[in-house]
Amino acid sequence: MKETPSQTAGPFLHIGLAPQVAGVEGVRDLGTQIIAPDTPGERIRIDGIIRDGAGDPVKDAMIEVWQADASGSHDPGLWGRISADFATGEWSFETIKPGAGQGAAPHLTLYILARGINIGLHTRLYFADEDNAADPVLARVPEPRRATLIAREKGGAYRFEIVLQGADETVFFDA
Amino acid sequence: MPFRPRDRDWHPRPLDPQYRTSITRSPSQPLLRIDQTASELTGPVFTASDIGPLDHDLLANHGDGNPIGERIVVHGRVTDEDGRAVPHTLVEIWQANAGGRYRHHIDGYLAPLDPNFGGCGRVLTDAQGHYSFRTVKPGAYPWPNGPNTWRPAHIHFSLFGTAFAQRLVTQMYFEGDPLVPRCPIVSTIPDPRAIDLLIAPLDMDAATPFDHLAYRFDIVLRGRDSTPFENRMEGN
Repeated sequence: MKETPSQTAGPFLHIGLAPQVAGVEGVRDLGTQIIAPDTPGERIRIDGIIRDGAGDPVKDAMIEVWQADASGSHDPGLWGRISADFATGEWSFETIKPGAGQGAAPHLTLYILARGINIGLHTRLYFADEDNAADPVLARVPEPRRATLIAREKGGAYRFEIVLQGADETVFFDA
Repeated sequence: MPFRPRDRDWHPRPLDPQYRTSITRSPSQPLLRIDQTASELTGPVFTASDIGPLDHDLLANHGDGNPIGERIVVHGRVTDEDGRAVPHTLVEIWQANAGGRYRHHIDGYLAPLDPNFGGCGRVLTDAQGHYSFRTVKPGAYPWPNGPNTWRPAHIHFSLFGTAFAQRLVTQMYFEGDPLVPRCPIVSTIPDPRAIDLLIAPLDMDAATPFDHLAYRFDIVLRGRDSTPFENRMEGN
């Protein structure tokens, strides 16, 4: 059997994936908080924006986050969904800094959905203040492009700008 | 065990000039192939507590009465590429109402909102991978792509499977719809056999007399690779 082919999530993805954001009553949102108040770990905020090949913000985008806990384990792991702001395209979320695990530097796995994206884009977010030297995935990334995967502290949060296309294009994975 | 590589020629082209928005939103660099690590071999687990009692029933989960439109059941089975059931996995859907209007502040189409239709549904598959929704058949609608471009009736689907590597978002179409072959989003998929997998046939066996018709949409997620990697990286 062959895998069912992908199709774009389209501009109305919030109705199904974040109904409260779309203004649909009756079904509650999943993944609005990545962490619970008692989740162990260092609280961090990550903010950013997604830009298209013309430099315009992608205001209808949704980002799904999948990450290890503070000990580096994905059992059960932490998951959440963040919608870009409809007016500005900016997004922001709170989580904990994941631990290193199985030779990997601390990182978040991100899955990006939006109108015009025909198959969801998979990328990773690493941290500038961690030791990333031995990470096997970063090692596969040509050195000039590694910076596209590294969030840097700015104003009390980590800033991570995702560029879908063109100069400074974020590295997207096929895994 | 890792998942089989995704056949990117089977999936839609990321850049297809006929689908205008993809022109600036598709990566220009090739995807970087990496071996699967714990991050891709695990994924979020959803349970019955994540699902509300009416989440599967779009005829009832918004407003106080029945929505306008053709009442249908959309059901099917979620398996992997080896035909194995994917049990207890989250299936989310969203769709326009019977007039082709979405309940979303950015949709300004002429067709009216239906006070009794939200357009959001969510279920877990059962132990054999089956799922079922009650809804209305969505309407076709125009969209700003070409001078007179219409989306065929469709329902959006989101699936998680058992690991991040199986994540899939797609759209289901309806058997016999003449707008399907005219749709620039459908046509981002190069292989007609792949498009056929998105077209749900009418399923009279699952229709209930004097109540609703039914359409069947089976979904296939990536399967596990039976041949181990020669040069596996750390973390596999």
